[in-house]
Amino acid sequence: MAKSLFEKVWEAHTVRTLSSGETQLFIGTHLIHEVTSPQAFGMLREMGLPVKFPQRTFATVDHIVPTNESVEPFSDSLADAMIKELRKNCEEYGVTFFDLNTGKQGIVHIVGPEQGITQPGTTIACGDSHTSTHGAFGAIAFGIGTSQVRNVLASQTMAMAELKVRRINVSGELSPGVYAKDVILHIIRVLGVNGGTGFAYEYGGEVFDNMSMEERMTVCNMSIEGGARCGYVNPDEKTFEYLKGRPYSPEGEAWDAGVELWKSYVSDADCDYDDVVNIDASEIAPTVTWGINPGQAISISENIPSPDSVTGDEKAGVIEALEFMKFEGGSPIKGIQIDVAFIGSCTNGRISDLEEVAKYIQGRQVADSVQAIVVPGSQVVAKIAEAKGLDQIFRDAGFEWRAAGCSMCLAMNPDKLVGDQICASSSNRNFKGRQGSPTGRTLLMSPLMVAAAAITGAVSDVREVFGVSETTTA
Amino acid sequence: MALEKITQVSGTAVRVPGNDIDTDRIIPARFMKCITFDGLGEFMFYDVRKNEDGSDKPHPLNDPKFAGASILLSGNNFGCGSSREHAPQAIAKAGFSGVIAEGFAEIFFGNSTTLGLPLAVATKEDIQTMGEAIEADPSIQVTIDVANQRIHFGDQEVTCYIRESARGGLIEGKWDPIAELLEGEAEIIATAEALPYV
Repeated sequence: MAKSLFEKVWEAHTVRTLSSGETQLFIGTHLIHEVTSPQAFGMLREMGLPVKFPQRTFATVDHIVPTNESVEPFSDSLADAMIKELRKNCEEYGVTFFDLNTGKQGIVHIVGPEQGITQPGTTIACGDSHTSTHGAFGAIAFGIGTSQVRNVLASQTMAMAELKVRRINVSGELSPGVYAKDVILHIIRVLGVNGGTGFAYEYGGEVFDNMSMEERMTVCNMSIEGGARCGYVNPDEKTFEYLKGRPYSPEGEAWDAGVELWKSYVSDADCDYDDVVNIDASEIAPTVTWGINPGQAISISENIPSPDSVTGDEKAGVIEALEFMKFEGGSPIKGIQIDVAFIGSCTNGRISDLEEVAKYIQGRQVADSVQAIVVPGSQVVAKIAEAKGLDQIFRDAGFEWRAAGCSMCLAMNPDKLVGDQICASSSNRNFKGRQGSPTGRTLLMSPLMVAAAAITGAVSDVREVFGVSETTTA
Repeated sequence: MALEKITQVSGTAVRVPGNDIDTDRIIPARFMKCITFDGLGEFMFYDVRKNEDGSDKPHPLNDPKFAGASILLSGNNFGCGSSREHAPQAIAKAGFSGVIAEGFAEIFFGNSTTLGLPLAVATKEDIQTMGEAIEADPSIQVTIDVANQRIHFGDQEVTCYIRESARGGLIEGKWDPIAELLEGEAEIIATAEALPYV
């Protein structure tokens, strides 16, 4: 019987059926970080249990890391206690820790792929909803809560009901100035922030075939923002090429055997999906959120919705969002002045994101009214960028060049909005208060759109600011 | 590990209206700088309840007439966004023993169930009716009958839906699956051995 990648991976990792009817699923790779693991280790200690597969557990520190100071102890004593706790737990339980002094630290969803830990046909769990990122490699990757982190630490398994699979085809070619970020914002706009409930999203079609691995990661990263428990792209030659030679990738004969096995996980051409959605790439324009969830997005040339333009439940949502954002319904999104520009996060903090922006900002200057920061997603990304001189390009243009971490995506560190500042952000969530100020306002967009806003001081169209006229690959 | 059999939860109720209430709103990230879950209750819905100077906003959660409520009512897609278990932990530690909403985000649903916090799905109309009833008389008891998937409030009753895997776990005292997961030792090893990358 023809099967999807999801079904094949699920089957290969099924331990047994639990009394609840849920599946006990084996988790091949467990990624942990400082925010959602300390309580799990605490529970493990209380129960007197070891970590079952420490060799399949990898840790890094990202959420609370200051990006503008490198000395410990951190000035925030709570943050300092968290990194020390993770260090202690990793040492005591024999878990590999990509610590600050390893040159490999970074946002967990950037570290996994760049170390070659993220591989096709595997199951991955992490106490972080953006774990869906790893699906770009054809892995089935779940964000989990802390009790589940404990379960995976203790048993290398978790209890879960099997998901349905929705195939999302995006056909055709993306227009110039339209990026992976625009594709996923558009998908969420079309299907809704809870449209994915009960589903794994399988992304396919020409647009995904043509994307680089890093672009696929951007799309899979935000699957959770559409309510899907995970999202993935079938592995192909690009996947294998990306993984070849990475520190944790198989080598020699094991590499050849690995590639053969990985190919076997690809969805069968005639498999039955529970749902299929077709989107034409030509419909997708540079996209910006105007509201308080990632589904409240419009193309750069559209006007912000007014309460009168929608009906039912959506009306209350529009009214609430407009009130929080202090925007007027029916007015253009283009031209809204911004205070802060943030390039980084597990969505768009990879080397190709930085390269694409650097290509266009040379000779340009960040507007005086804007604070612009660039936060590489990992120490590895930072090192590559610095070797290519990108840090200098950013600095010359008036951006602050920071150290690796989650930074202003969720502001569990010193990088925060102040008051009701508006931030043009390459991150993934525009929730109320997300960027650290309860009244702070976030506009999600692609990294190049963030750069355009930084330079003009207002939400702008990349195609006009930078004359982007050819399809690029970042 | 014997867990309590949660067949029903009961108490007065309060409504936090709106759809797509995310876990950042339930517990802002700045309160997650902690290595235990202790004390999270006081920060539940902090920015929804408080002005930046720390004074109270007008909100049902600050309204004395709903003080002591232990059942929370809300809209659709409740608990979306971040996977932080700090969100259901904060709700439970603030004294809530059940949530009724039009729908729940999946990770939040799993996190809550594992803590023994029942989440019941009810229709928009029924939640509206319940909301009006508790507004009219905040002292009425609201009971989520987990076993029978019913909600009683005052002298009224509506049906609700609790996913079978969660409902069974709650009523049989198996809502935290850790014991059963560990019992699968032999099968876990067999599964691992069949996977070349492990």
